[in-house]
Amino acid sequence: MTTPTPVVEMRGISIEFPGVKALQEVDFTLHPGEIHALMGENGAGKSTLIKALTGVYAIDSGRIVIDGVERMFADPAASQAAGISTVYQEVNVCGNLTVAENIMLGREPRWGGAIDWRATRSAAAMHLAALNLDIDPRSSLSAHSLAIQQLVAICRAMVVDARVLILDEPTSSLDAGEVQQLFTVMRGLRDDGVAILFVSHFLEQVYEVSDRITVLRNGQLLGEYATSELPRLDLVSKMIGKSLAVLEELEEAPKRSVAALASTVPYLQAIGLGRRGAVEAFDLDLYAGEVVGIAGLLGSGRTELARLLSGADRADVGQVRMGDTLVHLRTPRAALARKIAYSSEDRKSEGVVGDLTVRENIMLGLQAERGWTRRIPAKRADEIVRQYVAALDIRPPNPDMPARNLSGGNQQKVLLARWLATAPKLLVLDEPTRGIDVGTKAEIQRLVAELAQKGMSVVFISSELEEVLRVSHRIAVMRDHQKIAEIVNDDDVGIDDIVELIASGGRDS
Amino acid sequence: MTAWKTFVRSKIFWPVMALVALVAANTIKTTHFLNIRVQDGHLFGALIDILRNSSPLLLVALGMTLVIATRGIDLSVGAVVAISGAVACSFIASSPNPGAVVTVLTAVAIAVLLSLVLGAWNGFLVSVVGIQPIIATLVLMTAGRGIAMLITGGQITTINSPAYKQIGSGFWLGVPLAVLIAGGVFAIVATLTRRTALGMLIESVGINPLASRLAGVQSRTIIWTVYALAGVFAGIAGLMISSNVMAADANNAGLFIELDAILAVVIGGTSLAGGKFSLSGTLVGVLVIQTLTLTVTILGIPPAVTPLFKAIVVIAVCLMQSPVVRTKLGSRRRVPVMAPVPAEVVS
Repeated sequence: MTTPTPVVEMRGISIEFPGVKALQEVDFTLHPGEIHALMGENGAGKSTLIKALTGVYAIDSGRIVIDGVERMFADPAASQAAGISTVYQEVNVCGNLTVAENIMLGREPRWGGAIDWRATRSAAAMHLAALNLDIDPRSSLSAHSLAIQQLVAICRAMVVDARVLILDEPTSSLDAGEVQQLFTVMRGLRDDGVAILFVSHFLEQVYEVSDRITVLRNGQLLGEYATSELPRLDLVSKMIGKSLAVLEELEEAPKRSVAALASTVPYLQAIGLGRRGAVEAFDLDLYAGEVVGIAGLLGSGRTELARLLSGADRADVGQVRMGDTLVHLRTPRAALARKIAYSSEDRKSEGVVGDLTVRENIMLGLQAERGWTRRIPAKRADEIVRQYVAALDIRPPNPDMPARNLSGGNQQKVLLARWLATAPKLLVLDEPTRGIDVGTKAEIQRLVAELAQKGMSVVFISSELEEVLRVSHRIAVMRDHQKIAEIVNDDDVGIDDIVELIASGGRDS
Repeated sequence: MTAWKTFVRSKIFWPVMALVALVAANTIKTTHFLNIRVQDGHLFGALIDILRNSSPLLLVALGMTLVIATRGIDLSVGAVVAISGAVACSFIASSPNPGAVVTVLTAVAIAVLLSLVLGAWNGFLVSVVGIQPIIATLVLMTAGRGIAMLITGGQITTINSPAYKQIGSGFWLGVPLAVLIAGGVFAIVATLTRRTALGMLIESVGINPLASRLAGVQSRTIIWTVYALAGVFAGIAGLMISSNVMAADANNAGLFIELDAILAVVIGGTSLAGGKFSLSGTLVGVLVIQTLTLTVTILGIPPAVTPLFKAIVVIAVCLMQSPVVRTKLGSRRRVPVMAPVPAEVVS
C-alpha cells in the first residue's frame, strides 16, 4: 500500500481564523491507490484541512506538495485542474436536470457553439460505465434515491480524471445497502490508482473501507495509523481525548429508568393519526418520563410520523388527545403552545438560521412563542444563553458568533438549546446525532436520558438501531410508511430482533 | 482605533465615504455649499435642501428595507405614492373649505388608511396566497396608476390649501416639517425593529423561512406587517410629494421611486437575498442618491448625461461593497465560512 511517491503531501499546515486556531502544524500524506480516512470530532479541523487542500482557504504557513511539486491553489478551480475533486456532505446536484446533464455539467461536448446532447449522453454513459453504475443517463436525477444522486456526484467528480477524490461524509444519508454500493465504487477507483480521502463519523464504515487513518483533535495532528493496527477504542479515545474509562462511563450513562414510568395516563395519545402519501394511520401513546424510539429504514415514514406529532405537517385522519382534550396540531406554533418541540433531521434547511447569532438562534423559539411585541429582556436572554452554552458545552462559547460558523455538532447543540429553552413537555428529536462525532453523540444520548428522568416525554428517531436501543424505553418500528410493531425495550431485545421485525413486516407480532 | 477599524470593515463604510466625497466635491465647486443660514426663523441651505428632498424617498426606502429583509420586494410603492396624493388632493379639492386644518387632517387620514389597505393587499397576496413578491406587487404597480387616474378623473388635480402645503414645505422650530416627519418615522421603525423582537424575527424569516416556521415564528403575520408598513410609508411619502407641488399627478407622482428605494437599500448594505438589514445603511443610501441629484446641478453636468453620471457613482459604491472586489484590493481577509459551494465538484 505504501507507494514511494505520495500524490499529496501537506507539511506544517496552519490556519488561523479570528480567535480560533483552526489548524496548527498539521501534516497529511495521501498515496495513490489508498483510501485514507480523516478522523476527528466536530471542529477538529477535518473540513478546514480539506478546504486548505482544495484552495478554498489560504494557508497561513506550511506547504502543499502535489506530485512532488510545491503548489499553492488560489481557488478551488485551480486544485481541480490539478486533479483534486471533492464531493461534499450535502448532495449538491441539480435535481431538475437529467443524470447526463449533471455528470457533464459545464463540460458538455460542443458542436460549434451548441451543446452536442447526443455526445453528452454517450460521454455520461461512458463515465457511468467506468464506475460500473447502471443508471439511465436520460432519467431525471430527482427520480433517483439520495444514494444514486451521491454516486452521480462522484461520477461527476471523476469526469476530470481526478487522481485525488475527497469524499466528505458521503454516507450520512445512505442506508446499509446503499453504503455497500458506494464502497464498491470506492474500491474500484482505489484499484485504478485513485487516492481517496474519506471523512465519516461511522466507525464501522471507516474500518470496513479505509486503509489508513489520520486523526485530528482541536486542530492538531495526533498521528497517522494503518487501519488494521489501530483498535477502535484507541481511535475513539484519541479522537475525543478522553481515557477509555471515561468513555465507557459515557456509554453506560444513558441506562433506562423504567421507574419513571409510573404514570399511567399518557401525556399524548395519537389515535389513527395519518396523512395520505406520508404515513398510514397509526396509534401511539407517549408517556411523561419515557423515551420512545422510532426504528426503521430511511424513507420508512419515521420523519413523517414525527412531523404529524409536532404539527409540522397536518394530519388527514385521526386525532391527537392530550389528557382528556382533543387537540389540533395544525402548525408547529400550535404544537409549541402545547409544549411540543420538534427538532428536524434537516439541520441546515429546517433548523439553524445561519446568519443569526448563536444567541438569537437559541432564543428564537422562546421569542417566537412570546410574539414580537414582548421582547425577552437582554439580561434574561443572556442568562438563558449562558446556561445552555455551558450545559451543552457549545464551542466556541461565543454567543455573538453567527451560527453558520459553528461545526455541525455544535449547531445541533444550539438547536437542542433552542428547543429546551421553550421548556417542552414532549421533545421530538429527528436524527439528533446525524453527522456528529462519537463524544457529542454520547453527550446527546445522555442528555436525552436525563431529560426523560426529569419527566419529559421524548421521541427519538435515528438511523442507527444501536442508538435507538440504547436510549429508548419503548420502540415503535416503521416500514413502508406504516407502524408495524411496538416493543418494550427490555434487556432481551437486540438489534437482530428489530431487523427481523423490519424484514418480516411485523406480521407475527 | 479598533472602533475605526470596525467601521472601515463595515458595509456602511463605502456609502458614507461616497457621501463625504460628494459633499466635498460640491464644497469645492461652490464654497457656500456647507453654509446653513437662518432666514425668517427657518433653516436654509443646500444641506437642508438635500434633507428635505430625501424625506419621501427615505420613507419609501424604510418600508422597502423591511420588505427586502423578508426576501420580498415591493414594486407597487410608486403607485401607492400616486394614489395617496390623488386621494388627498381630490378630497381637499372637493371640500367646501380646502384651507381648514380639519379638512387636511381628514384627507391625510383617508390617504394613509387607503395606503394601509393597499399594503395589506400586497401582504395578503404574498403571505396568504403565496404569490411571488415581485409578481404580487407588480399587480398593484400596474393597476395603481389606473386607480389614481380614476380618482383624479384623468386630470392633474391642483389645490389651494395652505394647511396641506405645510406637509411638504412647512417648518417647525426652524426645521422642515417633511424632515421631521421622515425622521420621526425612522425613529419609530428603528425602535420597533430593534427594541422589540420584530427585527430579529423579520431577519429570521428572511434567512430561513422553513426553520422559522418550525420554531413557531408567525411568518405570515410578519410578512403581512412589513408590506402593510411599506404601504403606509409610501402613502405618507405620496402626501409629501403632492404637497410639494400642491397637485396630484396620477401619471408622474412617485414615478420610478420604487427603483430609487431599492437602490438606496442595496447601497445601504442590505442584501436583496433577505436577512440582515440595516436601517442606518438605508438612510445613508437615500442621502447618497439625493446628494447625487443635487451634485449634478451644481457641477453643471448636462441633464442629458445625468443618468450616466448617477450610474457611475452607484456602481462605484456597489463595487467597493462587493466582497470579491474587497478581497482583491489589498487586505487579503479570508472569510471563515464561504457561501454555499455551487456544485459538488469544486469548480
